Amino acid sequence: MNILPVFVALPFGVAFFIPMVSRKLKWVPDVLGNITTFILLILSLMTMNQEFVYHIGGWKPPIGIVFVLDGLSCLLLIIINLIGFMATLFSVEYIEKRYTSKLRYYSLFLLMIGGMNGTVLSGDLFNLFVFMEISAISSYALVGFGCDARELEASFKYLVMGNVASLFILYAVALLYGKTGSLNIADVARILREIPYDNLIGFAFVLLIGGYMVKAALVPFHAWLPDAHPSAPAPISAMLSGVVIKALGTYVITRLIFNLFGFNQIISNLLIYIGIISMISGVCLAILQSDLKRLLAYSSIEQMGFIIVGLGLGTPLGILGGIFHLFNHSLFKSLLFLDSGAIEYETGTRDLNKMGLLYKKMPITSFSTLIGSLSISGIPPLNGFWSKLIIILAAIKAGRPIVALWAVIGSILTLSLFIKVCRYSLYGKGEKFDEEKFKNYKEVGNLMIVPLIVLSILCIFTGLLLIGGENGIFGPVVDVINGGVLQYINKVLGS
Amino acid sequence: MIYYLCFVVFLIGLYGVTCKKNIVKIIIGFTLMEYAVNLFLILLGYRKEGIPPILSKGQDIFEFSKKAVDPLPQALVLTSIVIGLGVLSLMVAIAIRLYQRYGTFDITEIKKLKG
Amino acid sequence: MNEEKGMSLIVKTVTRWLKGFIFLFGAYIVVYGHLSPGGGFPGGVVFAATFILITLAFGREYALRKMGKILASELDSLGALLFLLIALLGIHYGGTFFLNFIEKNHPSGNFNLFSAGTIPLCQISIGIKVGACLFMIFIILAVVRVIFVDGKGKLITTEKKEKK
Repeated sequence: MNILPVFVALPFGVAFFIPMVSRKLKWVPDVLGNITTFILLILSLMTMNQEFVYHIGGWKPPIGIVFVLDGLSCLLLIIINLIGFMATLFSVEYIEKRYTSKLRYYSLFLLMIGGMNGTVLSGDLFNLFVFMEISAISSYALVGFGCDARELEASFKYLVMGNVASLFILYAVALLYGKTGSLNIADVARILREIPYDNLIGFAFVLLIGGYMVKAALVPFHAWLPDAHPSAPAPISAMLSGVVIKALGTYVITRLIFNLFGFNQIISNLLIYIGIISMISGVCLAILQSDLKRLLAYSSIEQMGFIIVGLGLGTPLGILGGIFHLFNHSLFKSLLFLDSGAIEYETGTRDLNKMGLLYKKMPITSFSTLIGSLSISGIPPLNGFWSKLIIILAAIKAGRPIVALWAVIGSILTLSLFIKVCRYSLYGKGEKFDEEKFKNYKEVGNLMIVPLIVLSILCIFTGLLLIGGENGIFGPVVDVINGGVLQYINKVLGS
Repeated sequence: MIYYLCFVVFLIGLYGVTCKKNIVKIIIGFTLMEYAVNLFLILLGYRKEGIPPILSKGQDIFEFSKKAVDPLPQALVLTSIVIGLGVLSLMVAIAIRLYQRYGTFDITEIKKLKG
Repeated sequence: MNEEKGMSLIVKTVTRWLKGFIFLFGAYIVVYGHLSPGGGFPGGVVFAATFILITLAFGREYALRKMGKILASELDSLGALLFLLIALLGIHYGGTFFLNFIEKNHPSGNFNLFSAGTIPLCQISIGIKVGACLFMIFIILAVVRVIFVDGKGKLITTEKKEKK
């Protein structure tokens, strides 16, 4: 099982290789970037249904650093590399038009993907921190890529909040090292079960989870997201909203809570309350927006609330709903952001009031926007319906009908939000609609359409993956999370 | 006792990041916070009357491991300082570009994104 | 303008004598990284400090003639790729990533300079990378100035363009 280091080594190697050869040849960054993400996608599909612990350098844990591949890591790897491939396909034509330096864009993009691959594979607390920093620094630079005034301001705001969160996380890692004497996640879990509870451990827990909640953009800590996502170039917005807030935020929170600290009633209540507040405030703020990408960014906050509610319920059905909604959300949110990128490429504006009647001139883009909007609102038989249904049913079964009520209210408000999006941009007219420019619009180029079509098809058919329920394809993932601390310790240290 | 002082320096840096209006002062607040975290990480490895963790010829390994300070946090801090350097240079570059676009370093006037 | 000519004669003379020794000291820290404190990162910083001292004492053009921007960028990428190559060779010779294959096949005595396998090679490549990278950051932040033309800011580079 030697391919685990390739997930980290290949993007870094190509990211450093691209500036060396592409000063004279202009086509090299595009081709190399796309080939790399395609190879990573094939490799991540090959890791399905396998569990493996890879010792780096031959040193055994807890002395050495390990890479742990289990169901949850495999799911996140597939999400990261799939959306990465779609985004690199989209950026071949998109970056030509407005931005200047393609080779730096592809280097930073590949560094971001390599950093995220390392984060989901790592089994060591400090290694997790280092890979998270690599990916986060690349995304700070990519958000402000076109150097306009607003983009730089958004990038600076994101930088300051992200850096404060990283310093809190490093402080918490230092506290945990001082208390337990080890950095391996399984080893720290084993020692924490043996020593009596101390307020210092609680303080480290709060700092750690608070820092990662900033990265996941949940509600008290969400203030960077509505500024950073609209200002980034469209493929980067798709990556940020579809992958980065999941791989760096929700995945790490899940891994630390379920496999390191242990799940109990207090943590469950915490996650559910934060999730419900995120849901409701996200969607209420989104309805007021008139900028298309800012609206989509606020709805990302809301959907992350859904995922955290599903995970916070703690029952296997709730965990299945949360994980499936994570997968679905990355698919349809990146589809919607790529659509908004295509609309912006053609019409030159992101303001919903200035668009209108796009279904006549851009048929494929408007069809995929329609599929994306129906998915996120939860219309059967598209994939969003199944995951939202499972979360609501799990809430009722766990004996918390109020949570289910808030989830239904959130879904209804999301439906009204996306009816507004479709009405203003696709099928009706905005208030400041411009007739003359409208005559010149045409469909976007071929390479930009292919990711839209692929993601729409995936949205339609992903509901079929649920066949088999908790023992089907998502079975290993639920097993990892539900197995708790003991199963993880045996898997890593027992091998 | 000294660990509390490290935390106090961290809080002073956090005050600088959140309450000051000049971008350069925010950047200096960040450097203070990083110093505090790195210092805390090194001080964790301290052992009373310890010797540096470098084995010299003819020294017994068991005696050495009883008296040496912990070398693992020192390796972690090397990596962490370099990460901090990377973020700091990115912040300074963005601050120069912000000065060019807005003409001021005051963050209360850099407010074009609203809503 | 005074910045292009550098600093006074005393500073220039002392720099001309000392730059070789500072560079040698940086190389010493890098190469002895596995035996005494130091290693790739601080050694690379001292490498960069040599070039920064030359920039401060003699002016920007002289320093850019010694190590231009393109050369620094190539050295940067080269250092990183060399490090990755050493790590991947561990797979070929041993079985796992980053395996210390030189130490496994030709074990050497302790306390020597040529011991500990691949670690000195890794330190050298990190030293090259960090040195080139820091110098490039310093030069790019130093040549860029913000001037205000008609009330709007403009970013100019204060390098003289030589013939392309």
